[in-house]
Amino acid sequence: MSNEAVVHAHGAVATHEGHGDHHHEHHHHETFITKYVFSQDHKMIAKQFLITGMVWAVLGGLMSVLFRLQLGYPDATFPWLEDILGKWAKGGRITQEAYYALVTTHGTVLVFFVLTAGLSGTFANFLIPLQVGARDMASPFMNMLSYWFFFAASIVMLSSMFVETGPFSGGWTAYPPLSALGDASPGSKTGMDMWLISMALFVVSSLLGGLNYIATVLNMRTKGMSMTRLPLTIWALFFTAVLGVLSFPVLFSGFILLIFDRNFGTSFYLSDIFINGVGALPNEGGSAILYQHLFWFLGHPEVYIILLPAMGMVSEILSVNSRKPIFGYMAMIGSLFAIAILAFLVWAHHMFVTGLNPFLGSIFVLLTLLIAVPSAIKVFNWLTTLWRGNIRFTPGMLFAIGFVSLFISGGLTGIWLGNSALDIHLHDTYFVIAHFHIVMGVASMFGMFAGIYHWFPKMYGKYLNNTMGYIHFWVTLAGAYLIFWPMHYEGLAGMPRRYYDYSIWESFKQFVELNRFISTVAMIVFAVQLLFLFNFFYSIFKGRKVTSLNPWGATTLEWTTPINPGHGNWVGEIPEVHRWAYDYGKDGKEFIAQTTPVGADESEHH
Amino acid sequence: MTMFLTIAVIVLIFVVIFQIAKASEYVSVLKGEEVSRKQNNKINGFLMIGFLVLGLFGVWYCNELYYGKTLLVHDAASVEGARVDSMLWVTLAVTGIVFILTQIVLFWFAYKYQESENRKVFFFPHNNKLEVIWTVIPAIALTVLVVIGLRNWFLFTGEPPQNAMVVEVTGKQFGWIYRYPGKDGSFGKKYYKNIDNASNSLGLIWDDKLGHDDVVMEQTMYLVKGKPVKLIIGSRDVIHDVGLVHFRMKMDAVPGIPTTMWFTPKYTTKEMKEITGNPNFQYEISCDQMCGNGHYSMKGVIEVVDQEEFDAWMVKQKPYYVQQFPEKDPAAPKAVADTAAKTASVKPVEAAKKAVAKM
Ligand code: HEM
Ligand SMILES: [Cu+2]
Ligand SMILES: [Cu+2]
Repeated sequence: MSNEAVVHAHGAVATHEGHGDHHHEHHHHETFITKYVFSQDHKMIAKQFLITGMVWAVLGGLMSVLFRLQLGYPDATFPWLEDILGKWAKGGRITQEAYYALVTTHGTVLVFFVLTAGLSGTFANFLIPLQVGARDMASPFMNMLSYWFFFAASIVMLSSMFVETGPFSGGWTAYPPLSALGDASPGSKTGMDMWLISMALFVVSSLLGGLNYIATVLNMRTKGMSMTRLPLTIWALFFTAVLGVLSFPVLFSGFILLIFDRNFGTSFYLSDIFINGVGALPNEGGSAILYQHLFWFLGHPEVYIILLPAMGMVSEILSVNSRKPIFGYMAMIGSLFAIAILAFLVWAHHMFVTGLNPFLGSIFVLLTLLIAVPSAIKVFNWLTTLWRGNIRFTPGMLFAIGFVSLFISGGLTGIWLGNSALDIHLHDTYFVIAHFHIVMGVASMFGMFAGIYHWFPKMYGKYLNNTMGYIHFWVTLAGAYLIFWPMHYEGLAGMPRRYYDYSIWESFKQFVELNRFISTVAMIVFAVQLLFLFNFFYSIFKGRKVTSLNPWGATTLEWTTPINPGHGNWVGEIPEVHRWAYDYGKDGKEFIAQTTPVGADESEHH
Repeated sequence: MTMFLTIAVIVLIFVVIFQIAKASEYVSVLKGEEVSRKQNNKINGFLMIGFLVLGLFGVWYCNELYYGKTLLVHDAASVEGARVDSMLWVTLAVTGIVFILTQIVLFWFAYKYQESENRKVFFFPHNNKLEVIWTVIPAIALTVLVVIGLRNWFLFTGEPPQNAMVVEVTGKQFGWIYRYPGKDGSFGKKYYKNIDNASNSLGLIWDDKLGHDDVVMEQTMYLVKGKPVKLIIGSRDVIHDVGLVHFRMKMDAVPGIPTTMWFTPKYTTKEMKEITGNPNFQYEISCDQMCGNGHYSMKGVIEVVDQEEFDAWMVKQKPYYVQQFPEKDPAAPKAVADTAAKTASVKPVEAAKKAVAKM
């Protein structure tokens, strides 16, 4: 580890440690406001995204606990529910309106606020400058705006919980006409207006962030950091940003048309509608399906926006902790690229039963199943990375391994759903719920946890407590499978999703006990997440101190910065890069940092 | 009370975990991080293999418990549905094998290659041959699945056989309306602005003579065993979805854009009662697209019967037009009073007014 930059940075450690008010030779004095609130330091912004994401994760998780209570105990009453929810839980039982509002908000918040902002917002901000060797983002100011737009979106979404007619309740996909007509559902009144405003703000936040990430990766790499020397985290975050920048505007256009239909009497999505109690509406000639095309043109890339950062971090963490290079670096980039392209060409697989032209449907079947090929490549490459490695089970590593397991389980059911003739049967059943929670929801959460455990020492100069990390991991992994695996069987019984109560259905009422079991496990898993949160905040202040610059023995640049890097990241020169990020176990050496020049007697290098 | 008890217990568990976690951290500092890391590594390595074994057992056990509650224990109730099932089994075989193998490899590798003093890491950055192999093999497997799938897809979405009967299904918040074309075999035109909950639930255009023998009803749809049926699906308000789990079919009901679906029922409802051993068995129509707060209760029923039974039932049905305008009934005039009394939903005055207007 005797490279120049590390030695160089060492001297600065003492002066930087533990002080909130130190300042840097390149930077002006910082006040509390500029340092913690309107910060332009990418590391602080990353932490802001992370902590806001955590708040939403707790709220979103709590919502799922509440609606699981209804599904698990459909006839029971809980008086305390009425105490906290008031009219939304009259008599201690969650009402239909509240149930659908909870499901909708849970979906929206977890997909967008937690797994998009909380995940790529956090790690793109934190890792891109640190791993490409830049002092900050291309535009720190835009970066700050990105967070504050997200914050504003959060506030509006939160306020929508408290409006008289309730928050939006038509599902996170917000299909019109239901989402367009307040008379069709009370949640589509003020609640939906706020939902749309919040989402519009969110789109702005994503675009500001995404453009910044792309510009930084393309233009601000340090000397010697060619694109093919980038760690896979950066490649993944880069493709994530590209996906977001190209697809969020389409979603936005869909929302604009929806706003017009809602407020200005247009008929983009509306036609031939008669509402009970209101009568026939004047709108004619619109297409409700148009919205679905616009929505899923973002919606499908969105699932990869959520997944790719997790994939990137998992690649990195698996390699570091196997003490072995990632297998097939170029194939990993190639498959990320293929996934990013294909992500734009498969959206209509969410619409096989909308009356889609069958020929068009068949093209989407082909492209959808094609996306399984790069996914398979990634899985096999991860497995080979473990093979003949020397694995250290840090909590980060455990979550990375868990990610691979979940990605396999959930990816395989994608092959069922992507085949339209089979999807006719499985669409909108619990099979789909199982599929996307395993492959996207839980797997990306695992990627996020892996990232947090792995980079926490860099973020706060402290370690998270390992024992709590292990408990967190094993309970969550087992719990995730216990919750979502049996849902495949409910799906195979045809049990529809988004049902408040199944007791009137001869075909679906046989799962009472299973539903109760799932709800119980969900509560336990939720409690264990609180344990993680406790560990997180406790360790920020009282955790074991990091004493070495490079605690995991990693090759990448972020570990050449001081233990608590200031704004600007490196003291003095930014180090130069001489090799790729995965020289682990090469020529009998434990690892060779990217900053180490290539030796004369080294075997082939990258 | 139980509530507080639960919370107290949870908090207690947390405190205990926290104490243990803190203690073990101190111990690890005392023992030296290197030593304790190796210990933890051993434990987690063991848990990996433990999870694999328990997990595979769990997969089997879950199947024991719930397979019997799925639809797969009986035949699909439509000819086309049987093809869905066979496709499902092929897909399950392919993905099931991959699932078992990759999960075993993953957790086995994690266990086997846990850190050990005397292992030298194998520097293995890439291998073109391997990568080609695991690109090509999945591609071939997927091609096979696509071919099977698309043949079914084009069958399901293609034209129904010539002898198919036609029924129109219309979704509304929160129920289903069915329409049979009557003796002339064609539906009369409709226009949504004519809809009136009491007297014209579909908005039929009364001037269109083709509609005069159309039969309209709610709740239960009758179909014929062995006779293909084409459903013409629409919606009056928001998007719904005609979900027919036993027939393995599903199609959205979209306002303004009619969709279709066809299938061939294989068993009568009575036969299904025997096959499933459930005397309460019903072919249920479940709405499978979020359509509002009553979505979960949007249920319809299909009764599959023999041709004779169907014919006998159909003869008894009064066309909707005649229900609304009893005086136009070509059958015996004495039936007039009869129908008016039966169709409680039709306010006689209104019906009469309409009748006047149409004259
Ligand atoms: C092998 C690759 C995959 C294939 C072939 C695939 C296919 C599909 C299909 C066809 C659907 C629609 C099912 C339906 O609604 O009937 C679906 C739903 C979904 N998939 Fe995947 N998928 C794959 C991987 C993924 C990944 C990697 C993610 C996320 C990271 C993901 C997230 C989702 C989500 C969120 C939904 C449900 C959306 C909703 O209706 O609310 N899928 N998938
Ligand atoms: Cu998709
Ligand atoms: Cu519905």
